[in-house]
Amino acid sequence: MSRHLLDAQRLLCPLPVIRVQDKVSTLVAGDVLEVLCSDPGAVNDVPAWCRINGHRVLAVQQADGRQIRIVIEVA
Amino acid sequence: MLAAQVVLEQGVHVEGINFFTGFCVEGHTHAIRKRESATPKRNNALWVAEQLGIKLHIIDVSSEYKDVVLNPHHGYGANLNPCLDCKGFMVARALAWMRVHHFDFIVTGEVVGQRPKSQRRDTMPVIQAESGAGERLLRPLCAQLLAPTLPEREGWVARERLFDFSGRSRKPQMALAAHYGFSDYAQPAGGCCFLTDAAYSAKLRDLWGARGRRDYELDDIMLLKVGRHLRPRPHFKLIIGREEGENNFLEGYRKQFVHLRPVSHRGPLVLVDGELGGADVELAARVAARFSQGRDAERVELELVRPGETPQRLRVQPLRYEDMPQEWYV
Repeated sequence: MSRHLLDAQRLLCPLPVIRVQDKVSTLVAGDVLEVLCSDPGAVNDVPAWCRINGHRVLAVQQADGRQIRIVIEVA
Repeated sequence: MLAAQVVLEQGVHVEGINFFTGFCVEGHTHAIRKRESATPKRNNALWVAEQLGIKLHIIDVSSEYKDVVLNPHHGYGANLNPCLDCKGFMVARALAWMRVHHFDFIVTGEVVGQRPKSQRRDTMPVIQAESGAGERLLRPLCAQLLAPTLPEREGWVARERLFDFSGRSRKPQMALAAHYGFSDYAQPAGGCCFLTDAAYSAKLRDLWGARGRRDYELDDIMLLKVGRHLRPRPHFKLIIGREEGENNFLEGYRKQFVHLRPVSHRGPLVLVDGELGGADVELAARVAARFSQGRDAERVELELVRPGETPQRLRVQPLRYEDMPQEWYV
């Protein structure tokens, strides 16, 4: 298992989802991906993409109302 | 959503494809401008996939899509919408994906006569032909009005369980949605593309005119969705945030653009797109001051920042409303 960081700040949806999708395709089961976003839509869209594809969302955090941090465990 | 459900009901394995062109309306202005809105922000394609219980693949085609926008063989619709070329392009991309991932056919929600350009009886075969999908393109909502396709002839789907919808009315689709128990779905007749929007198309034409060439980058078309755009001179344009969300979005472009920001009064960040010569600085600053809370003050102090250079302080008289011709507004 390894841990990875993806900076998707300043990108508007669906680009954060596309970046997550592309990154996850390079990872293996059990890897953890930490995603940083700024589009509020990512709070719903990234977890929705994870649910559809069977990945586990470990955390969704929003700091100071701007930066969103989503942690995913790859299935 | 409906077309996928019709095929799913027949026991076919379906996965969704959603193309990102850069011109998608969905969520963008909402995300930028209505940060505090109580309305849930969601990507409809993802939401639909989740409701249907299918996988969704979102594919970024924004680079290749440029050629569709710039050189549509079938021309534009009412604005800069190249709908027929766009549909052919997307079906062709879906076909390529289908082959790589070993699927058998493509399903779309097209309905004969629903759209004035891309969904006419005479143009729907054009999409089949130009995309290369041919008989592997199934339109379940109007299939009974069209010649049987490969999935129907092979018995992969039962033609008698497909539909014969036609025309602009969405009532049959709404009835079918009710039949399936779908009460929440995207606006059935809503435009999903900024290129169908007259104001957006005018801004894109202005961009091409000012640069002397028909071209764009992704940042260009993103910025056209945001703020007021004023062109006081042919060689530069000002992009002015209208509210906090837009200002936050524009902040992300500070390092790429010359920009102005009022310092003596509250006011929006103003990006300068184009060449701001020495003689233009005062005019740009006076316009920026006009949109600050110091618009009625005798003088407003602003900071002019050219990326990589020391910021320059300016004190200017805000431009009067009557000195701002309407033609400046793009």
